[in-house]
Amino acid sequence: MAAASHRRATEDPLWAKVLVIGTVMAFLALVLILPLAAVFAEALRKGLDAALLAINNADALAAVKLTLITAAIAVPFNAAFGLCASWAIAKHDFKGKPLLITLIDLPFSVSPVVAGLIYVLIFGLQGWFGDYLVDNDIKIIFAVPGIVLATVFVTFPFVARELIPLMQEQGTAEEEAAVSMGASGLTTFWRVTAPNVRWGLMYGVLLCNARAMGEFGAVSVVSGHIRGLTNTMPLHVEILYNEYDFVGAFAVAALLCLLAVVTLVLKTALEIVQPGVRGRGGH
Amino acid sequence: MTISIRSVDKQFGRYPALSKVDLEIADGELLALLGPSGSGKTTLLRTIAGLEFPDAGQVLFDGEDVTFASAADRRVGFVFQQYALFKHMTVAKNIAFGLDVRKGKDKPSKAEIAQRVEDLLKLVELDGLGKRYPSQLSGGQRQRVALSRALAVQPSVLLLDEPFGALDATVRKSLRKELRRVHDATGVTTIFVTHDQEEALELADRVAILNKGSIEQIGTPDQVHDQPETAFVCGFVGEANCFEGQVGGGEFKAGALRLPAGGVRDGSATAYVRPHDFVLDDGGFAVRVDRAHVQGALTTVNATAADGRPIEISASRAEAPRFQGTVKIAARKAHVYAA
Repeated sequence: MAAASHRRATEDPLWAKVLVIGTVMAFLALVLILPLAAVFAEALRKGLDAALLAINNADALAAVKLTLITAAIAVPFNAAFGLCASWAIAKHDFKGKPLLITLIDLPFSVSPVVAGLIYVLIFGLQGWFGDYLVDNDIKIIFAVPGIVLATVFVTFPFVARELIPLMQEQGTAEEEAAVSMGASGLTTFWRVTAPNVRWGLMYGVLLCNARAMGEFGAVSVVSGHIRGLTNTMPLHVEILYNEYDFVGAFAVAALLCLLAVVTLVLKTALEIVQPGVRGRGGH
Repeated sequence: MTISIRSVDKQFGRYPALSKVDLEIADGELLALLGPSGSGKTTLLRTIAGLEFPDAGQVLFDGEDVTFASAADRRVGFVFQQYALFKHMTVAKNIAFGLDVRKGKDKPSKAEIAQRVEDLLKLVELDGLGKRYPSQLSGGQRQRVALSRALAVQPSVLLLDEPFGALDATVRKSLRKELRRVHDATGVTTIFVTHDQEEALELADRVAILNKGSIEQIGTPDQVHDQPETAFVCGFVGEANCFEGQVGGGEFKAGALRLPAGGVRDGSATAYVRPHDFVLDDGGFAVRVDRAHVQGALTTVNATAADGRPIEISASRAEAPRFQGTVKIAARKAHVYAA
């Protein structure tokens, strides 16, 4: 027993720790922090006024508005769906459960571009429902509904993936206790199941929100890039960049980054408040 | 309330959990369901509670068929193995839950609920802890909360699944007494599941012993211990030395051991002898004493018979010095079952 040493059995020697942590830090700086810093640097290259001007014009504001609307529809929808799906999967046994679990993961494994194309194929002019939609003057593709649909598709696993392992871990004993005391199914859900997963649910919602605001590929396919109408923030960034309006492009990108940073700060705050909440599933 | 279980069958997939179980429980009785893990005892308890539904057979409460009534409609109090307290509610809210979820005129007033919670906390000696959360309580306290929560709805039957399984020995003993006291104070029909025979024999009015989904024997603690009806019960309840041997002409033989076996058919058989039924006897057979140690008022002797069989003997403390070297012993009582 070496009294001087406080090393635990699982602790690595100093050089190994420095090497591992150093590598991770250098990698993060290179691929995450440097680009993020570049975004803000480019945005402010011609001063704060120029950057604010780039954001404060009709097209840019329309893009911000559309992004927020899309997130405001997609996130609650996916929160509700995720809660239902995880409840069904974790607390009940039924045929086809493995299939449902696989399906929930589908948006993660399918390329977002393909996801967008699926909707064009279904709701586009030449698509399955094309004639019906034209006849009834309903616009989905190259309009807001298409953007919302594509965003919902891409972001729907986030909440479910967060909640399924959490609910499975908690088991059904508390629900059984509630039922044995005379509570109805709905009462049991609201008063026992939901409070037990509220932190996991908020975590999933935040991740879902971050992705909903940032989604590019699927939205790009269905949007049609109509300025002031069907451009979300990521699409608007691309258009400005392609027009060599670098300050404008980076200014909007910086705003998008700020939204993401706010989301991450909220997420971290959640982890501090409720240490049990950690990213389990998801990306 | 009386409870009747009539030829209940239950399968999980292909594995039978209960087969043809019959059980009558009298009003105000305290019954233990005792058995090894996988014997179906928890399934039987959950079937009575309405948390599982049988494939065949009936469950009657006071003669009324409740086989497929939901748990919510049965008015049972259920105490879960891991307590299943609501983590996000205070102790008082946990106990009040069953009253709080009632609707309309069935729901007591706030003051009534508070009073009931107060009374129950007093009953289980947890006064003043109503504002705590379950995570701030010890295992024994959590168990008491679970018990009072189950009692809050004034259940017609109280069901407990391995109620003391997760507790250490001392707390367990005191909670056992507590359960008996609460049972006697409320008079509610109570059924509890346990794999601990000591717990079942000490606490229950009657014990039902389960094995592989069937009830092997139902009786008072004395009956199942002293007059076991099957080899399983004899081996499971109480300590016993087990001997494989042959019965011929009303006598069981295994090596030098001879036991009376009247009424057992000839052929191979199993004999059980309780450690305290072996006594020093010059007319008996010889065993070599390996170790004799005193435990409280008793002496436990580990010995080996001439043919190498290990034998455990329990004697009084005063007899300890006599168990040295080779001694002669005989069985004053034995249970012999045809194989």
